This record gives sequence, structure tokens and C-alpha cells, in this order.
Amino acid sequence: MTAEPLLQVEDLRVHFPVTEGVVFKRHVGSVKAVDGVSFDLYPGETLGLVGESGCGKSTTALALLRMLEPTSGRILFDGRDITSLSQREMRPLRREIQMVYQDPFGSLNPRMKVRDIVGEPLVVHGLAKDRKAYRMRVAELIERVGLLPDMAERYPHEFSGGQRQRIGIARALALEPKLIICDEAVSALDVSIQAQIVNLFKDLQDELGIAYLFIAHDLSVVRHISDRVAVMYLGRIVEVAAHDQLFSNPRHPYTEALLEAVPVPDPVLESQRDHQLLRGEVPSVTEPPSGCRFHPRCPKVLERCSNDLPLLEGEPGGRAVACHLHDHLHDGVTDRLQP
Amino acid sequence: MTTPAGAGAVPDLASTSPSFGQSRVARFVRKLARDKPLGAAGGAVFLFFLLCGVFADVLAPYGVNETSLEHRLEPPSLEFPFGTDHIGRDVLSRVLKGGQLSMVVSFCAAGLATLVSLVIGVLSGYFGGRLDMVLQRFVDAWMTFPDLVLLIVVVSVVGPGMVQIIVIVGLLYGIAGSRIVRGAVISVREQTFAHAAQSIGAQPPHILWRHIVPNVMPVLIVLFTTRVGAVILVEAGLSFLGLGVPPPAPTWGGMLSGTGRTYMYLGPWLALAPGLCLTIVVYAINVFGDALRDLLDPRMRGSR
Repeated sequence: MTAEPLLQVEDLRVHFPVTEGVVFKRHVGSVKAVDGVSFDLYPGETLGLVGESGCGKSTTALALLRMLEPTSGRILFDGRDITSLSQREMRPLRREIQMVYQDPFGSLNPRMKVRDIVGEPLVVHGLAKDRKAYRMRVAELIERVGLLPDMAERYPHEFSGGQRQRIGIARALALEPKLIICDEAVSALDVSIQAQIVNLFKDLQDELGIAYLFIAHDLSVVRHISDRVAVMYLGRIVEVAAHDQLFSNPRHPYTEALLEAVPVPDPVLESQRDHQLLRGEVPSVTEPPSGCRFHPRCPKVLERCSNDLPLLEGEPGGRAVACHLHDHLHDGVTDRLQP
Repeated sequence: MTTPAGAGAVPDLASTSPSFGQSRVARFVRKLARDKPLGAAGGAVFLFFLLCGVFADVLAPYGVNETSLEHRLEPPSLEFPFGTDHIGRDVLSRVLKGGQLSMVVSFCAAGLATLVSLVIGVLSGYFGGRLDMVLQRFVDAWMTFPDLVLLIVVVSVVGPGMVQIIVIVGLLYGIAGSRIVRGAVISVREQTFAHAAQSIGAQPPHILWRHIVPNVMPVLIVLFTTRVGAVILVEAGLSFLGLGVPPPAPTWGGMLSGTGRTYMYLGPWLALAPGLCLTIVVYAINVFGDALRDLLDPRMRGSR
């Protein structure tokens, strides 16, 4: 990777206060949904973000869009610090970052025609100068995502899930963004439709050079679309690697366990596989474990894991892992930060 | 949700092509008659009463307060289709004129109430936080007063009259109804498309106008139509207590509770005429409102 990163996230934290009482609110703790996430995303690249439910993937996405206020950390977009911009200052930047949502049913207003949905970003940003140009642009966008232009007159409920997701993608494309955040964008679709949508994402990237932050819990989808993959566990990234490296040679025990859990679509092979299942439950995000977040469930736990929080160490844009097992890779650097 | 592969580019043959050369209203009326016959009937009945109200002065065969000592408490006849009351006034003329008053009062008051509910509900529900807290405690306090007590107090201070009743009843129902709108707004606000609009960079006025209000429309329609019926009844109740539109102006409520109740055994038509009108109108507008709500929902289009 030679170019400057499009998006840099440094030690991002999003904590939600937990309060008790109605009138006199007492602060009794905080839900540490995102607790020190750092990653880079380069122009035209796809970074997959995987992890189980509740690990903070979507919260990260919302914080990047400034829909949630980060508790601490920095977000740089195109070299510019956007962490503390006001909502007004954020507006022009919203043209650059768009989002595609998980739920193809809830993400489109049922009372708006497809034309108005797809064209809404243009209207909001005052780009719909005259009616004819507006209609042309919307028709172009609708065609671009593989729908027919005369579908602009219809309402969302007349479409299937896959088609709706295409409408959502057309809306995200309207402003020609540099980055699209796909929050579980294909998880709600049938497998056959998933493949179509993933291919559409890839085609769009090839043509328009869009970068994706592709959030998912399905590793096979992520494997197909991502250039690099970041694995999250309990609010922190535990491993980042190019997708072929991650899948062929996982380093973090959690990544290994995740890959083990992917079923093989062959009953004979599947029954012969040696499963190394994780024990226990995901710990509470209100009181995360000391040291490495993963140590209570880790099959390869070391003594120091319960005290020292391993840092995500590695070359920028390359491979990095946050695990004491791999400390020797970077001269035994450990983290002095305690949660 | 199962979809055939190639969901993207296959034209939907079942889609109905919009018929051109027809106004949207005409198409809507045809759809109403076809899909919701009961609602259409309600609408027709309601329209009939509305027209009667509008043209009451032309339609009324006699003067509203024209008395005739020879024709007191006469049962319905060709000369007096709805009979006459105890001082010989024509009941049909009074019902028509009373309908006019009831329509004006109920429409204005229900309209005002819906508007007030919308404004308070949207402010409270969409912006939330401290504003919501303050507004809703005010609404709580307001709702602890029984409707009628509040009405009696205010009317006895500002005096009876049509405008007073419209404003008071409008505010009364408006503030109480804001709770319903608030709930609807909150549920819409939390939907993904509202978040999506925000992430696009849309400002609150745009989100409210394009996303929130259209999606609470069904609630508003039902609120309005039920309020129209309720206001007619409240006005009747106030007239009964002598706090409504002052006599001798005829209102359905006044006729029902005044002469209607007093002479119920001697002349049942005195109570039946305004009473039936009241019942029919309130029922008709409720049915019509329900049909309207269903038809205005794009999701219901094409489904019977």
C-alpha cells in the first residue's frame, strides 16, 4: 500500500453510560461497546470487519459516521480529523461517507417512491438543480445497480429483499462517496442473492474506486469481498491480516476458533472434522476481563494474559495481531495501557 | 423471503400501468369504491351531511326560529317531514341548521386538535431529551383535569360561544392526543430509514417532513376522524349544560338534550331526528377514516 490512508481510526472508544434513578441520575458504570479500536483503510480497498454479535462492529460504524459520539480516540478522514467536528461541519463530509444497512425492509421509507429514496441525497445536498437532470441521474443510478429505470415510480414494498438492497446501494452511490460502510449489508438476504449483491459491490468498486468497510459476521462473505480482514472481540480488534493470510494462517486464538466454527458444506467432511469449540460465554462489556479480553476463553492462555493487555502490533496496512503468543514477532512489546 | 435468482433485472409483468388522462382524485375515488365499499358509503353519507350543512339555509323549508302556535308538537307529515317542536318550529329546518353548526364546530375543533397533537407530539417525540420531559409533564398535569370540569370552568370564564368551544375543545383533545402522536413518532424515528436520512446529512426539518410526518399520517387520520365524532358529542354535552352554542341557535346536542329529552314521550321525533343524524354522521366518518387510512398506505396498494 503506497497511498495515504483514506480513513484512519486511532484508539477509538465508545462508552455508553449506565445510570440508575429517574430524576437524579447516578452513574453506575459504562458499557464499553468499542474500547480502543485502531485501523487504517486505504482508497479503493475493502476492509472486512468481523466478530460475533455485540462485539462493537456496528457501534464502530456509527461512530465513524458521527451518529454516535466517540468517547475518546481519533478518526481521520482523508487526513482530516473529523472526531470533534460539529454536525454542521460534518455535513459536507457526509457526501464522502455513505452507509448501506442490514435491514432491506426498514432502511427504505415505505411511503416514498424509489425515485425519491434514491434521489434524496441529491435533494438534501442541493444537487438536484433541474427536474430533468435529477430524473436522469436517478435513472442512471437505478440502472447502475441492476434495476430497471421505470421501477423509479414504485414503492419499496413492491420489491424483493435483494432488490431493496440494490435500492439502498443506489442511494449510497448518489453522492459519489469515497467510502461506503456496509453494516451487515448482505446478512439478511438469501445465499443466492448475497452472491449477487457482493458481486455488485465488487463491480462498483472496480469502476468507481470506492473503499468499503464491510461489516459482517459471515466469514465466507467477508473472505470473498475483502482485501484485508479485521477481527473484533469485545470492543477491540484482535487481528488484522490480508484475507488469504487470515484464512490460511490465523494467528490469534480467537480467529482460529472463528474459522473452526465455519461449517464445511459436506456432511462427510464435517463429521470428521476435529472441532475445537470455545468454552464459556462472551463476558460482559460493562466489566470486561482484565488483561487480554479473550483470556477467560482462550485455549492457549498464558499466565501474563490476565494482567497485560496485548497491543495490536504490526506494520501499517499489513498484518497485525494482538496476542502475547506472538509477542516475539515485534520484540516483546506489551501494552502498558490498562482498561 | 424467497426470491427467484436474478431478482435484479426481471421486469415485473404484474405491475399495473397507471392509467393516464385521469385525475388522481378520480382514480382514488374509484379505488375507494372498489376496495372499501363500506368506507365509500361512509364517505358518501358524510358528504351528504356536509352538503346539507353547507346549503342548510337554502334547503331549510322554514325559518329556524319561525314559530307557529297552530302546529305544536306535530308528528312528521308532508308539511313538516320531521315534525314540529313544542313551540311549533320545524324540526327538519332546525336539524339542517344544527348540522351546519355541528359540522363547523367539530371540523374546526378536530382539525385544531390534530394540529396541536402533531406539533406537540413531533417536538416531544423527535427531539426528545429535556424538551420531551418538560412537555410530557405538562401534558400529564393537563390530563389530570377531567375534560368536562375544565370545559365548564373555561366556558364560564370566557362565556359560551362557537369560537370559544372550538378553541377549548381543540386544545383539550389536542394536548391529550399528543401522547399518541409522540409514541408513533418515536417508533418511526428509531427506524433505519430515519437513521439513513440522518447519515446522508438531512436536517431535522427535512427528516420530519419527508420521513416522520408521512409515516404518522395513519395515526393522524384516525385521530382526526375519532375526534370529529367526539367533538360533536362534547358539544352536545356542553349544550345540555347550557354552556354550548347559546340558544336559540339550533345544535344537535342542544336539540337532543333540550326539547328532545323534555318531550320524548309526547314527541319522540324531537329526539330521534337529531339523535339519528348524530349517530349516522359519527359512524360514517369513523368508517370513512378507517378506509382512508388503509388506502393512503402504499403497502396496502394492490392488496384487497
